[in-house]
Amino acid sequence: MGRSLWTLLKRDITLLVLRRQDVMTIIAFFLIVTTLLPLSVGPEPETLRALAPGGVWIAAALASLISLDRLFADDWRDGTLEQLALGPAPLALVALTKITAHWLALGLPLVLLSPLMGYALGLQGMALLILPLSLALGTPVLSLLGATGAALTLGVRAGGALMALLILPLYVPVLILGSGAVSEAMHAAGAGPHLSLLGALLALALPLAPLAVAGALRIALD
Amino acid sequence: MRPGNAQASAAPATPQAPGLQVRGLACRRGGMRLFAPVDFDLAAGELLFVRGRNGRGKTTLLRAICGLTEPASGEIRFHGDSIRTMDDARRMALLYIGHRDALKEELTPLENLQMHLGLRAVGNIDEDHLLDALEAAGLGERVDTPVRYLSQGQRRRTALARLLVSQATLWVLDEPLTALDTDAVAWMAERINGHLEDGGMVICTSHQPIQGLHRARTLDLG
Repeated sequence: MGRSLWTLLKRDITLLVLRRQDVMTIIAFFLIVTTLLPLSVGPEPETLRALAPGGVWIAAALASLISLDRLFADDWRDGTLEQLALGPAPLALVALTKITAHWLALGLPLVLLSPLMGYALGLQGMALLILPLSLALGTPVLSLLGATGAALTLGVRAGGALMALLILPLYVPVLILGSGAVSEAMHAAGAGPHLSLLGALLALALPLAPLAVAGALRIALD
Repeated sequence: MRPGNAQASAAPATPQAPGLQVRGLACRRGGMRLFAPVDFDLAAGELLFVRGRNGRGKTTLLRAICGLTEPASGEIRFHGDSIRTMDDARRMALLYIGHRDALKEELTPLENLQMHLGLRAVGNIDEDHLLDALEAAGLGERVDTPVRYLSQGQRRRTALARLLVSQATLWVLDEPLTALDTDAVAWMAERINGHLEDGGMVICTSHQPIQGLHRARTLDLG
């Protein structure tokens, strides 16, 4: 079973690297949405700084949402999902492995780029450190929730739009805690409680979301 | 090399239980019953040819036998174990090749075959063995060409090459001859006969007749 999951992790990352344009699209999307903020609210530094945490977090949430659209769709369409369901690993662990590969290829670059975007929007000091930290805790939760939506809307026409309707409300707590952590850090208060709660959400979603995904995939396969 | 030779030892049939036992199997699709309850046994060295007009549930029957589709009623036992609860060794003794080839377009036939075995947790994959299998399947010069550039028939041959390297005793083949040329059809018949001689079992659907098959029994779904 371990060998099977390891192969799956390597395969998914290889495929994402081969489909470089997908990864580049998501990163470009994240950068452009963040850049829209100064263009729409004006270049006033104080305003921008106040809006920066929310702006970067919204961009990350939307990037996560559109990138998850195809998480299971390709495997489902070409029949690989059937083979995975017949394989030695439980479907929930298959799902968790696919989500992990997806986050490593598409979530991690956003985390690493976020200080740059924060700096461009005027964040300073601790806030520049807390921003990637909050994203590192929060974007895996977004991936786990989004994967559930992606599995539920598998094979549905206009599934992407339906998935956004299903999943965006679930993104709200993560968004509040994530951007809240950065705002707190900006005002020299501790970001600790927010980050702890984000960690708690991650600890909750990590075992539960894969089970939900597995259930949804079984329905899609039936 | 005769890839079928190692297969008999992978899952030795217990003498009292036939390899595959199907009792009262009925399936529904969209609320409609597809076929009358079906009973059959399949012992080592036997081939079951499932016939029926379009929409009679041949694919659903095959998917139910693999455990991909939940049957409306009935029981499927593989070497005495229920198909739902059997252990990994039993699961790996079953190989399903469906309508969809489960190939990744970005990868070459060789890489696809390696992935397939890796996902089934088959250890120590000898590359020469895989190349032999792909050669035998008629992909000689194309083993390093991404599947994206292969014809439909070549893709099917790549999928069928799995039969040569798997350790499975029970092959469940849904329309294996789709898009194959006459040479490949003859090769397929030869492979099925070889597998049966080695004590394997095959369940197969096909709209075109396969010439030269030994020991074929027919299940007619109407």
